[in-house]
Amino acid sequence: MALASEKKGAMVIGIHENSSNGGEFELRDVSVTYGSELAVAGVSMDIERCAVTALIGPSGCGKSTLLRCLNRMNDEVSNATVGGSIKLDGTDIYGKDMDPVELRTRVGQVFQKPNPFPMTIYDNVAYGPRTQGLRQRGALDDLVERSLKRAALWTEVKKDLKKHAFELSGGQQQRLCIARALATQPEVLLMDEPASSLDPISTQQIEDTIAELKSSVTIVIVTHNMQQAARISDWTAFMLRESMEEPAALVEVGETRSMFTNPGDKRTEAYITGRFG
Amino acid sequence: MARSSTTRRRIGRPVSSRAADGAVRKLITANGLVAILILAAIFLFLAFNSQRALQEVGILTMLTGREWYPTIGVPRFGFLPLMAGSMVVTLTALVMSVPVSIAAAVFVSEFATRRVKEISKSIIEFMAAVPSVVYGFVGLAVVVPWVKEVFQLSSGLSALSAAVVLAFMIAPTIVSIAEDALHAVPNELRQGSLALGNTRWQTTYKVVLPSASSGVLAGVMLGMGRAIGETMAVLMLTGNAAILPSSVFDSVRTITGTIAAEMGNVVQGGLHQSVLFNLGLVLFTITFIINLVADLVLEKQRKRWRR
Amino acid sequence: MRTRIRRAKAAQTAAMVLTGLAAAFIVAAALYLLAIIVMRGLPGVSWEFLTQPPRGQMKEGGIFPVIVGTLALTGLTAAVSLPVGIAAGIYLSEYATRGRVTRIVRLAISNMAGVPSIVYGLFGLALFVNLMGFGKSILAGGLTLACLTLPVIITATEEALRQIPSDLRQASLALGATRWRTIYRVVLPAAAPGIVTGSILGLSRAVGETAPILFTAVAYYKRQLPTSLLSDVMALPYHIYIMATQVTGRPDEIVWGTALVLVAGVTLVSVAAAGWRSLQRRKVRW
Ligand SMILES: Nc1ncnc2c1ncn2[C@@H]1O[C@H](COP(=O)(O)OP(=O)(O)OP(=O)(O)O)[C@@H](O)[C@H]1O
Ligand SMILES: [Mg+2]
Repeated sequence: MALASEKKGAMVIGIHENSSNGGEFELRDVSVTYGSELAVAGVSMDIERCAVTALIGPSGCGKSTLLRCLNRMNDEVSNATVGGSIKLDGTDIYGKDMDPVELRTRVGQVFQKPNPFPMTIYDNVAYGPRTQGLRQRGALDDLVERSLKRAALWTEVKKDLKKHAFELSGGQQQRLCIARALATQPEVLLMDEPASSLDPISTQQIEDTIAELKSSVTIVIVTHNMQQAARISDWTAFMLRESMEEPAALVEVGETRSMFTNPGDKRTEAYITGRFG
Repeated sequence: MARSSTTRRRIGRPVSSRAADGAVRKLITANGLVAILILAAIFLFLAFNSQRALQEVGILTMLTGREWYPTIGVPRFGFLPLMAGSMVVTLTALVMSVPVSIAAAVFVSEFATRRVKEISKSIIEFMAAVPSVVYGFVGLAVVVPWVKEVFQLSSGLSALSAAVVLAFMIAPTIVSIAEDALHAVPNELRQGSLALGNTRWQTTYKVVLPSASSGVLAGVMLGMGRAIGETMAVLMLTGNAAILPSSVFDSVRTITGTIAAEMGNVVQGGLHQSVLFNLGLVLFTITFIINLVADLVLEKQRKRWRR
Repeated sequence: MRTRIRRAKAAQTAAMVLTGLAAAFIVAAALYLLAIIVMRGLPGVSWEFLTQPPRGQMKEGGIFPVIVGTLALTGLTAAVSLPVGIAAGIYLSEYATRGRVTRIVRLAISNMAGVPSIVYGLFGLALFVNLMGFGKSILAGGLTLACLTLPVIITATEEALRQIPSDLRQASLALGATRWRTIYRVVLPAAAPGIVTGSILGLSRAVGETAPILFTAVAYYKRQLPTSLLSDVMALPYHIYIMATQVTGRPDEIVWGTALVLVAGVTLVSVAAAGWRSLQRRKVRW
């Protein structure tokens, strides 16, 4: 009932409040084929709401590929096909009724390399909301400010929101990209090695941001940095492609703490302790 | 509780945007095909308007006829003098332009410092931007009197004058395409050769030029296509005598010059007009083949450095 | 051994000198062309020359209606070729998949660029003047010139769009933007300098073309300015042609002056466009 009464003012209220309570994924037997090459197969796992899940594994084991399944960015890769079932809050995201464009407003993504648009800081953050038809100046201003605050960039840029985004440092640009993704108010944020091109201080800032965010957003992060995975994630999934002839698979998924202290699989242990990969 | 999905609907999303996306895609795709459409239309319209000539004169008669008298009582529509005219002018221009242009491309690509390179490239670009009618006019003022005096001719309006001007007009095309081809040769190849103790020049003619040869060839072919299709300068400089030439000092009449000079004075729908369209069709076919071959050659060249 | 090296070095020097001479020769010819047009043209150009119609069987007066005619033709050419050409460039860069159709489209475009301009004139005569019944007019001439300009604009657009890193497209799509919104809001603005400059270069080529408008647009002499798209017009390149070859007893400086106006118009606009682009490029680095 309370929700129904909210509807009328939703345009404004929703924007001011942190409306999302995360989303949860349910992956069953997910596979990805590029052309005729089966790259990933048989991945089944759940991704918990409002928690950080880390995807780890050696290069080429299909982490990015799996991540792109979750917001259907694989649709944009011309030769990629996805099999199995992926449900977001119980709805099949590859189902007939699901519009990939709409899905991506619910599942945001931050890329490995900072990729701000060639426009002002403000316009970068406002891009997503504008795409959804938000035009009111006041509401936009609020949303931009809030998103920049959540991405821990506000204090550094509040004076010059009209500055061109390319004038920011690499670390700032990446936090801008996080703010830009947050402005769409996604339930889930996918991050593909978001700190790999950054210095330790910027990396620290991004990790702090992630820790802040997880109370309201589900986060799936790909990382090559074991310490980082151990520091920031609640759950860890380890993927491995044993040879180029077979597809990559999920070796195990579990709570980060137990996985790092007491891995269930020999291969996980070897990877975590740096003996291969 | 479908909480998250309810709260999500907070911002009114333009309902039509997905449909619009599809419509835009169709519209843009339609425009993408416009090039094929125009090219086909050119061919069809030329062919359609040539019909009368093909029926009443016949393609063989035209292609092998040695006389071009389109307006006498019983007109003669032989294309040979016109094709010979185009050929003499084009080949003479190529003979003069190709060696110098390729040499210039080699210098710009292999020997020149960056500054010299930039400056000469932009000057050569200016040359390409000058309209052909201006070349024709400058040729009338400068080249025609010069040819007349040097070769002791009664008139400077000749195949040679047109060819000299054409040689300058096609130089930018050849230089820039040849230079691109040379530039595309990977530097490792040059360094490999230099490391073997070759000089820059040895490297150039042993390694770089052979590797870039098909691109250079394509440049020459495109220059040739340009020369055959050139109209205004040729019209103003050749003297336009429709006879089979015996030397480059003769006045000649080219395919393009004939169309440009006569199309304005023909009876709408008449035989003469149809023959001129047919002449256009012949020209279109010749340049189409030249361009196609040049394109395939360039494609091959491009694939070469794409690993 | 030593003589071999010495000989190789001598050959190198000779080659540098010879190829250098070739380059210098072409550059000198270009500079001569520029110099003669400017030196002989300047005495003919004055305020009256630019703003008065021709008088006395074109042996006196200015070229005002000629300039207006060329501007009208160019305007129509731009109005038709820009939207179509840019859309086609977008198709090639953003929508087309690698396949046979795309290959044929590309082949058609590069082939269109090599079709002689007089052939476009014949095409325009058959289609726009006769079949569509526009007669000799700005409309028929502009459409003909638009066909000729299209391949340049398409190629320029496609190349400018390809310069834009695919990261940006990914980022926009991942924010829930549609393909078209991504192109319209992110890719096109970023590529605008390249597209604009390339298009201007293509249009400036059309400005100087004579053969395509010979049978489709131009009038030998027309004192009054065009009143509609169906008016025929005088045009700078055609004016140069008839003044040079068909008007006897005219002062040379009128023709040189007209040539200077045409060349200056074409090159100044191109130079300005190229300068603007490199300025924009310096601002935005990928
Ligand atoms: N667009 C594509 N087309 C064809 N194959 C692809 C494509 N993208 C990825 N692949 C293949 O899928 C496999 C998994 O790639 P993916 O990028 O997901 O690995 P990754 O785990 O993210 O590696 P990294 O840690 O290096 O980023 C690789 O073998 C790769 O070659
Ligand atoms: Mg990856």
